[in-house]
Amino acid sequence: MIRAILWILAAILLGGIVHLSTVLAMPQAAKQDAYSRLTPLTPVNAMVPLTAPTAEAAIMPFMDPAFAGAVCRYDLTGGSLKLTAPVSQAYTSVTFYTRKSVAYYAINDRAAGRRTIELDLMTPEQHAQVPEEEDVTAADRLIIESPTTMGLIVLRALAPEPGLMIMARRALAGATCGIQPAQ
Amino acid sequence: MRLLFGSCFTFLIAAAVGLGATWLTLTRGVAFGALTIGAWTAWPKSGSVDIDPYARAIIARSGELPTGTGDGVAFHAHTDDAGDNFDGRCTFTISGLTPAARYWTVTLYDPEGRLVANTIDRHGFTSEEIVRDVDGRFEITAAPLARPGNWLPTGGIEKFILVWRLYDTPLGVATRTTKAGPMPAIARKGCS
Repeated sequence: MIRAILWILAAILLGGIVHLSTVLAMPQAAKQDAYSRLTPLTPVNAMVPLTAPTAEAAIMPFMDPAFAGAVCRYDLTGGSLKLTAPVSQAYTSVTFYTRKSVAYYAINDRAAGRRTIELDLMTPEQHAQVPEEEDVTAADRLIIESPTTMGLIVLRALAPEPGLMIMARRALAGATCGIQPAQ
Repeated sequence: MRLLFGSCFTFLIAAAVGLGATWLTLTRGVAFGALTIGAWTAWPKSGSVDIDPYARAIIARSGELPTGTGDGVAFHAHTDDAGDNFDGRCTFTISGLTPAARYWTVTLYDPEGRLVANTIDRHGFTSEEIVRDVDGRFEITAAPLARPGNWLPTGGIEKFILVWRLYDTPLGVATRTTKAGPMPAIARKGCS
């Protein structure tokens, strides 16, 4: 009897380990995460408009249909990235995601406080190589550190009414992202 | 022999318990740090680097991109205030006020996060386009058939969910439920 209870206890303990390890392994094993979905649709280090979600098809689940979107799938291996995004009339935000869809930084037009959002994205190693004085003099230069070499930058512009979607799309069409030549 | 039988039994139970628990937590949407107001639940940490392993696994599996904390907060509702599931064949009213935010949007999805097909191509409202009364209150009617006012078509699907996204809001990781302010009340008004 005691022996049976011990076996069951061992089973539950082992089950707990199986549970935790499968949960932790899921982001690595997932084949349909956002980055994988966008890989066939987007070139690397370029800003591409996202197709608006419809009832028939959407690139990702839970996309907000009131927003126009654009994505830059980045790879910082070749150097740091420069992002410029003009602000639309209503509301514009920029969110940075790691390769595994963790949102590590997000900023909106008001927080950026200008007509154009300008950001430099680099790995911690590349940031360490930026000359210090340059870092100080360019006070208006916003530098973001990416925890992973690859990831996604998603621009979202709100269309407060369906009729304003064209304007939101047009605002995002002026956005660019590209690798900066090493100085 | 007994040892062999015992260990086989143990491994079977362990696999069933472990994988079962994983499946349950990922399909039910278990994550830590939930902010619940009425029928609405948000996970502000899921939009930051402090995201917990369960939320990471759910997001990796579904393929969505969570709303970043500096962008906004997304509240999900699966039931009305009384706990009844959102049935697309029934009529629900969503009314009241919202916490402070520069803009908000409300969107109706199926449980997998897809938009629901309908004749007028409406999937939600934004704070700018919604029709309000003189006090600034609004009432949205989620129903399968056309309604006057703010009609949100359910398409008659068996189960739907609502996502309320607040953009540029002081709400966030540090917010306590009691101080978050009102979220719209949801009530069922009968089924067809």
